[in-house]
Amino acid sequence: MTGPQVLSEWTLPITPTLVVSTAIATRDFQDVHHDRDLAVQRGSKDIFLNILTTTGLVQRYVTDWAGPRAVIKACALRLGAPAYPGDTLTFTGAVSGIEDGVSVVDVVGTVSLGSHVTAQVRVVLP
Amino acid sequence: MSVDTDRDQGRDHDWIMAEAGRLAALGETAPRLARDPVNQPMINNWTEAIGDRNPIYADTEIARELYGGPVAPTAMAQVWTMYGLDPERPAHDPLHGTMRMLDEAGYTSVLGTNCDQTYARHLQPGEQVAVTTRLESVVGPKQTGVGEGYFVTTESRWWVALPDGRSEVVATMTFRVLKFRPRAAALAADLGEPVRPVVNRDTEFFWSGTAEGELRIQKCNACGVLRHPPGPVCPECHAMDRGYVVATGRGRVHSSVVHHAPKIPGKRLPLTLVLVELTEGVRMVGELLDPPETVEIGAPVVVDLVTVDDALTLPSWRLAEEGAR
Repeated sequence: MTGPQVLSEWTLPITPTLVVSTAIATRDFQDVHHDRDLAVQRGSKDIFLNILTTTGLVQRYVTDWAGPRAVIKACALRLGAPAYPGDTLTFTGAVSGIEDGVSVVDVVGTVSLGSHVTAQVRVVLP
Repeated sequence: MSVDTDRDQGRDHDWIMAEAGRLAALGETAPRLARDPVNQPMINNWTEAIGDRNPIYADTEIARELYGGPVAPTAMAQVWTMYGLDPERPAHDPLHGTMRMLDEAGYTSVLGTNCDQTYARHLQPGEQVAVTTRLESVVGPKQTGVGEGYFVTTESRWWVALPDGRSEVVATMTFRVLKFRPRAAALAADLGEPVRPVVNRDTEFFWSGTAEGELRIQKCNACGVLRHPPGPVCPECHAMDRGYVVATGRGRVHSSVVHHAPKIPGKRLPLTLVLVELTEGVRMVGELLDPPETVEIGAPVVVDLVTVDDALTLPSWRLAEEGAR
């Protein structure tokens, strides 16, 4: 194993532009990810980040740390509080073990309401 | 809105499980092709939005060294086969079908809880993926923090055709959602005892007034200024000599809010609350009875003293005709 076992914290401000641009880039046109009026009507505070984006951000966090030679083999997410514009999503992570040459990285993404995502990413490190 | 009886719940549950069994028995769907082959422009849109600068997703030296050219992010596996704005759905889409079935049973809200993906390898521009999905399970009813619901789990696999005619699985996903009946809707009425106002020396005049059919506003006997809510000291001149005047009971909506949750003892939700600016100048909070769909700021209102019981008469408000002052 090379590199540190603990990933440095990553803080990402959630903006309407982030929520909408990532929803469209992941081809997710559900109204709660781009239309605030409808999101509020459905009981949300605002538009919120979609799951495909959370998946993408978690994997970006891991590969930003592991480098371009790393290969992600699996990503398991448990979803929690929604990430609304105006909030901040803070990622922390640590390597929790190695199974058959695949490193297991535990990642937590937190917003002001609590845990947004708890993830386990399996990655082959160079 | 009514709280379902146990008998209704039971019948609904049997029906849900029978429908779930039918949908699960259909097995895996026929492969559905992605709209586009894996392509660089969609990869670029994704990396730009996510802010991912991993050089293997672009035409770089390291991408050529490792993969012979750019690859797609593993996290994009599902993106290629998203329905997008196309309203067409195949006749048998297990997730869609299960959602519709639970909608019919009254479990109208949805929340993603788990998304587990595995990746056999990176995809490269030009590859055409197809997806197959099956309903894995419907489990419930479960009492959760957001209300009663069913956990719906689907399994998806993404395939790429090989030159020899066979197909390889390039990614898999286990996706779980909670399909639930929002708590506020299921339990909109709390038939408990209403909350009582605190009656003390400062507020006694107000509550005796409502009991006698008067809406009273506290008045400073020293400087004459009106104030609400009542208190011991005049905020203007600090005198403690206090009396009251009887209000006309008319005013205008200064602000309003519709309360959906949490429950309030003795009240049926949703509850429309208004902050009324009385013609006398002070503001009071109360329930707006028979509220319209949208409460207009500035709408004229008139007080309605509602007798809750012998001990409590609560000032509430109703919309009034414009011009009736």
